[in-house]
Parts: sequence; structure tokens; C-alpha cells
Amino acid sequence: MARVILRRLVEMVAVMALVVTIVFVIVRVAPGDPAAMMLGPDATPQDVVDLRARLGLDSSLFVQYGRYVAGLLQGDLGQSIFLARPVGQALWERAEPTFFLTLFSILVACGIALPVGILSAYWRGSVFDQVTTTTAVFVASIPSFWLGLVLMQVFAVKLGWFDPSGYGGPGASLAERLHHLVLPAVALGIVSSALIARFTRASMLDVLGDDYVRTARAKGMGEARVVLKHALKNALIPILTVIGLTAALLISGAIVTETVYGLPGVGSLVVSAVLRRDYPVIQGTLLIVAGLYVLINFVIDMLYLVVDPRVRY
Amino acid sequence: MAASAPISADESLVAGLMRRPPAVAAAIILALVILAALAAQWVAPYAPSKLSIASRLQGPSLAHLFGTDEFGRDVLSRTIWAGRVSLAVGGSVVVVSCLIGVTLGLLAGYFRRLDGPLSRLIDAMMAFPDILLAIALVAALGPNVVNVVLALGIVYAPRAARVVRASTLVIRELAYVEAARALGVPTYKILIRHVLRNLASPITVQATFIFANAILAEAGLSFLGVGVSPDVPTWGTMIAMGRQFMDQAGWIMWFPGIAIVASVMSLQVMGDALRDLLDPRLARTT
Repeated sequence: MARVILRRLVEMVAVMALVVTIVFVIVRVAPGDPAAMMLGPDATPQDVVDLRARLGLDSSLFVQYGRYVAGLLQGDLGQSIFLARPVGQALWERAEPTFFLTLFSILVACGIALPVGILSAYWRGSVFDQVTTTTAVFVASIPSFWLGLVLMQVFAVKLGWFDPSGYGGPGASLAERLHHLVLPAVALGIVSSALIARFTRASMLDVLGDDYVRTARAKGMGEARVVLKHALKNALIPILTVIGLTAALLISGAIVTETVYGLPGVGSLVVSAVLRRDYPVIQGTLLIVAGLYVLINFVIDMLYLVVDPRVRY
Repeated sequence: MAASAPISADESLVAGLMRRPPAVAAAIILALVILAALAAQWVAPYAPSKLSIASRLQGPSLAHLFGTDEFGRDVLSRTIWAGRVSLAVGGSVVVVSCLIGVTLGLLAGYFRRLDGPLSRLIDAMMAFPDILLAIALVAALGPNVVNVVLALGIVYAPRAARVVRASTLVIRELAYVEAARALGVPTYKILIRHVLRNLASPITVQATFIFANAILAEAGLSFLGVGVSPDVPTWGTMIAMGRQFMDQAGWIMWFPGIAIVASVMSLQVMGDALRDLLDPRLARTT
């Protein structure tokens, strides 16, 4: 057991090292001088020289990479060029809307997907199963930002139930801020529910035919208890996996959805950073998001190990 | 994985697809979308950039089935022309990602020594959400159509690589590959003649899903304004433009969105059907 954990830990560190390297390299694949690119066409040569010095672009790539990694190890994600503050701080200030948006989207997604997935597996082949399975493919084909716009058009512009955009201004109460997250969370949650429903159904199908389910029924246990207690419990690991990974990947949808709804989150931070070529912010976001994904993956693998003693890598 | 799939039996594949009504419907929709895009200059009722200020922001009517936009341009014609760009980008992304992915996957699956490092590289690349990595790459390379294709090609390459690696691991142990090796057939010939040919089914299935994802991602990038130039009509840029008029002219953003959903859904249904037919071992997860 300890050896397995150690091996996965080494693998995770290797993957993280590669993630850091990819993030470092991405900015350097740009043709031309990154400093000149960041400053745009209006910059004077002196500006470029100054920025090159500030970013340490004059030293060799190896030295730059070493410095970058050393900084990261001390928790330093670098300085934003336009926001006049450290990248870590900029990300932290924008974390709240993104965190809540992701959380609520997952709740919406699970609220739809778990019952639908369980029931369509239970009634396999029924009209309900066929309709929901088809709907899942349909829902997975909707661009989340477009669904966000359509919901905004109906519920914010036409019906006026919600503000079409923003996060309620600086002094807004928590309730007010959360109210702004309803539509975006519903849009993202609906789109993400498709994958979770699909996995829930598949995972439930796997266990519903198992012996212990038959045994539970033979003992005269009620159907609801058989399905929810015995079957679901055993089907839960793959479902938790896909929920965890969906949470990590939701940031992709959040980037665009935040822009649609004008939410001041990490997504809109990175989009404005891209438009201003604020590379340190782009790098920092990539690193944090990918790091979270790797970490979630690792935690899920460890959970497998704890929950299912048969798992040996 | 797919080594047992009868790739030569093309008739049975078509017949298998025909037996599935959703797959038939998907194929028809897809064919219509692609044909309309290819034949845009004949199919589109108006020129996509024909201005007509007199008829701006008109709702759907017989003259303009999808209505008109803020410059009086015909939304139907623009949706058809935009499909050309969106589908061309999607298709090119499939080509780029499969070229990179197949190469990486073959190397990782066939050469044991390369497997560890390449698999970690694939893992690391998969750790980035697709849109986020794509916008970072486009930011670095510069926003234009070619770079969007390149960026999304790189983003989706690991997906192809994973599938190819898994299949290659199985195929390389098969008796005829071993026989070829024993006969002294050069490795590159084994890879191309024996391994690559048997990868056709898993790659086809994966390519369909990558196509669907690429259309969604391109639309997202264009919508954000970090992809294709806003002057080029794609489904994403059309939605971004239409967004400003959602209170008075909602149809401008509806129709390109519907076009995306129709295309992506058709591709996904086709992909599911192909996977069931070509790869029976995976069928149970769908």
C-alpha cells in the first residue's frame, strides 16, 4: 500500500513538473520577443528593454526556467504586468465567483444527473431511459455560453427575474452576489449534467446485475433500499470520479460563462489577460487550474485505494 | 482493442449504421450541414455581407427565413457561410490532432522505453481544460484562423494519443506483428503496415468526437474574441455579435447556436454509433 501511494506520488510530481514546463514553454513558443508582444506596437524600444529586464528575459532559457521554478517553489507565481500586483493575489481576489459558480454548477449538475442516471439504469430500455439518454447527448452538444445567453434572454431580459450581468457591485451582500450566480450556474450545470448522467447510468448498470443486488432482493428488501443503498453505494466510485473531474474541467466552461454574465472571476481575469497579453497571469491561471486537476485526480486514485481494497496499480 | 474489428467489411459498417435510426438521422443532418457549407454560394439566398440598412433587425420572414442582423444582412446566409469556417476549422483540428496524437500514441505504445515519459506528457497536457489551454496558445501564437487550428490541434492531440497508445499496446503483442519482427521487417514498416492499419477504427471514433469538441471550442474562442477575427463570420462570432441585440433581435444569436447544436449532436451520435459498431468492447459504457 505504502509503495503504491509512493509511486503515485512520484508520478504526480512528474506530471506537475511537466505541467510547469508546458506553462513555461507556451509563452516562449511565441514568435518574436515576448516583451515586445506584451507591450504592443505603441511601445518605445526603451519600454521593451525595461520590461525584458523586469521579466529576466535577457538571461538564457535555462536560467529563466530555473528562476521560474524557484519562484514557484516559494509560492511566487510572478507579477502581473497590467494589474500592478502579484499574480497569486490577482487570482485570489477573483477566486470567489469562480469557486461559487463551480460549486453551484456541480450541485445543479448532480441534482439533475444522479436521479436521471439511476432511474434510467433501473428502467433500462424503457421510454424514460431512451428519452433521457437522447436528451443527454443533446444537452452535451449545447455550447454552455450559448445556453447562458438564451437563459439570460428569457429570465433576465424578458422576465426580469435576474440581473443580466455583473456581481452586484463592491458592497453587495452575499445573498445578492449569489443571486447573480443562479443563471450562470444553471447554464453550466445543465451542460455538465450530461456526462455525469451518462456515467451514473453506466456505473449503475454494471452493479444492478451483481449477485449482492439479487441477494438483497431475495431477502425481501424494498426496491428503493436495494437500489439506493446496495447498488448505488458500489456504483459510487466511478460516479465520484466523473464528478471530481467535471469540477476540475468546469473551469473551461466557467471562463466563457463568466464572460457572458460579466462575473469578475478567474475566467474573465484570464480572458482580459489574453487580450492584454499579460502572460504571467495566463501562466499562473494555467498552473493553478492544471494543478487542481492533477491533485483531484490523485485524491480520487487514493480514494479508490481506500474504498476498494482490490485496486492495486 | 480494435484488432478484432472487421475493418475491411465496409458494407457491414454501413448496414450497421442504417439499422440505427438515430445514426441515420445524424448522418442526414450532418450531410445537409456540410453540403450547405460546401455549396454556400449557391445555397445561401443572399451574399453574406450584403448590407441593407433599410431592412435591419427584421425578424424571421419569408424573405429572410432567419431574419436580418444589425446591418440588414441575411442571418440564414451568414449562418451557412459561417458553417464553412466553423466546419473547416473543426475538420482541420481533427487532422492536426490526429497527426500529432497518432505519432505520440504509436511511439508510446510500441516502444516500451518511451511509454513512461510520453504517457506522463499526455497526462500533463490533459490536465489543462481545453478552452483554457487553447486561449493560452492562441495568445502566444497570435489570434488568427491558422493558429486557432494549431492550438486546438495541440489541445486535442492527447485524446487521440491515448486511444492510439492503448490499441498499439494490444496490437504489438499480436502474433503477426511478432512474426513480422522475427522476419526482420524494419520497425517503421511494421508500424505503418501492421499497426497503423489496425488503428483505423479507434481513430475514426475518436476523430468524430474531436470534431464535435473542436466545433464547440472554436465557437467559444470566437465568442470570447480570442480566436478567429470578429470580422470573419463563424458561428461563434455571429453569437458574439447577436448578443448585443438579444433584447430586440434574439434570432441573430439563436440560429448560429442551433447550427452548432445540430452539428455537434450529429457528430456525437455518429461517434457513439461508430464506437458501438467498431469497438464492441466499449459498447457497454454507452
